[in-house]
Amino acid sequence: MLGSTYAIVALGLTLVFGILHIPNFAHGHLYMLGAYISFFLMTLYGFGFWTALVSSMVILGLIGMLIERIIYRPLQDKPHINSFISAIGALIILETSVIVLWGPQGRRIPNPYPDIVEWLGITMSYQRLLVIVTAIVLIVLLQVFIKKTTPGTTIEAVAQNREGAMLVGINVNWVSSLTFAISTATAAAAASLVAPIFMISPTMGALLGMKAFVIVILGGLGSIPGAILGGYILGILEAIGGGYLSAAYKDVYAFGALILILSIRPTGLFGKEVS
Amino acid sequence: MATVQFLRQRWFYVLLLILALVLPWSITNRYHFQIVIMGCLFSIATLSMNLILGYTGQASLAHAGFFGIGAYGVALLTKGGLSFWLALPLSALLAAAIGFLIGLPTLRSRGSYFAISTMCFGVIISIVAGNWIDFTGGYNGIVGIPLPNPLSIPLIGDLGFQTQAGQYYLVLAFLFLTLLIMHRLVNSLLGLSFMAIRNNEVLAGSVGINTFAGKILSFVVANFFAGLAGGIYASLMGTISPSTASLELTFNWLIFLLLGGAATLAGPIIGAFVIPVIMEYLQFLAEYRLIIFGALLIVVIIYFPRGLMGGFTTLQQRVRGLYTQRRG
Repeated sequence: MLGSTYAIVALGLTLVFGILHIPNFAHGHLYMLGAYISFFLMTLYGFGFWTALVSSMVILGLIGMLIERIIYRPLQDKPHINSFISAIGALIILETSVIVLWGPQGRRIPNPYPDIVEWLGITMSYQRLLVIVTAIVLIVLLQVFIKKTTPGTTIEAVAQNREGAMLVGINVNWVSSLTFAISTATAAAAASLVAPIFMISPTMGALLGMKAFVIVILGGLGSIPGAILGGYILGILEAIGGGYLSAAYKDVYAFGALILILSIRPTGLFGKEVS
Repeated sequence: MATVQFLRQRWFYVLLLILALVLPWSITNRYHFQIVIMGCLFSIATLSMNLILGYTGQASLAHAGFFGIGAYGVALLTKGGLSFWLALPLSALLAAAIGFLIGLPTLRSRGSYFAISTMCFGVIISIVAGNWIDFTGGYNGIVGIPLPNPLSIPLIGDLGFQTQAGQYYLVLAFLFLTLLIMHRLVNSLLGLSFMAIRNNEVLAGSVGINTFAGKILSFVVANFFAGLAGGIYASLMGTISPSTASLELTFNWLIFLLLGGAATLAGPIIGAFVIPVIMEYLQFLAEYRLIIFGALLIVVIIYFPRGLMGGFTTLQQRVRGLYTQRRG
């Protein structure tokens, strides 16, 4: 379940980080914002769970495009570290805005499917099952979009060769916007899905954002199957480590694993050698 | 004769030093004085961050982690009965040694990878500080850390650190020491090699600079001073907690450094003094201040990558250009 969340969030990040080479460190915070938007749509405006989820995806997609345009595009040709610092500025703004607007306390989204299912001896809440199934659906949809449709293939073209894509007439800026929008929309989807299970709070995105980076690096930059696999590996690692070793150090495993992996392979587990 | 020439060239710096030395007599408000002391302390931390980030071009985001190592080191050692003057260098060396061990794997990666892996390490430090209860006191932290032992200086007598003035001079002395070492370092051949690594690592390697050793050295020295600042912080504050090693502190220094001007020596100090003062003046804005600083960070990195100091130099050059144009 946790693995599914990680997989979707990492999937969004790998699109931006691996394909556009933008270290969008605010990704976790956009995820947090997605959860909040869902929450307010549901509680204040009486949206249903699914309509809130889709609206949240659309709103976050637009915000993502805006962020790409304002914050990252001017830094396109600068060293990556400048974008990274810019992202830190963005995440400070996002986190503080949410605290100012809606307060620092955690909130809970009413669970739309509180029932429990039993199947082959496994007991699981309906909502958790839903997260897993929706994650798989989203992953498949995204894969189909990138491989089979024209906008999807232009994204891949830009990833492979930016100048080449420009030469054959692809509007690279438009592709960047699109990729960013998809990436933030998937983050919103993941956030809205798990929000009924966990509490939502302004700081929920910070650790998750870092873990998403861990997964993307684990799975190899820009590799979509790698991100999915990495997400599930990390979810299982945390569940096992937290259960058998020590729950307090749950987050240490992921970060420790990253340092360990980077020390052996500086470009990630399945990463290509960079020149 | 030599001193006269020295004074003529450096009169501005000498004036600044004299101003800094007489400062305790002009501040009466204890709260303001505390801000000045913290400014000096964070200047040391920001200066050390400047070495690895500004001069060597490697964005280490574990800086507060090493600050925390220094702070916990001094706290535990002095509570264990060791003198502050022994505990401080030991803790700073510990921070440097851990920096070496962490630098070995993480510095093999570049750019954002390095930033992410160091940030992971920083988060690990604060998680460990929060959960290793027997050793670090958990999230309650450590209280009752003794102040530095009085120093007896010939001719002046005993110098105690009970008063704010004493604490101020202590921090100022360390700031001066840090500045001196940084000045010597960045103006040496070694400093030039750091900058060469920042500007083009492959090229630097091809002209015979051992880039990996350079990065490690820069990282270790930076972490030594981060640990030093942390150690002084622990002793002066008397209490520390895992938030001493938190990512927010690193981000604060990052703001100080970039707004002040990375890769200059004055920039970090200006940043560490000016921004907290602005923060104080903007107290009425409460949480909104952080939004402003977040936005400022973005604007600065896009339009003025060299910060306040860089902007100042550009302005100076322009004015000078206008002046010579008019004369010519």
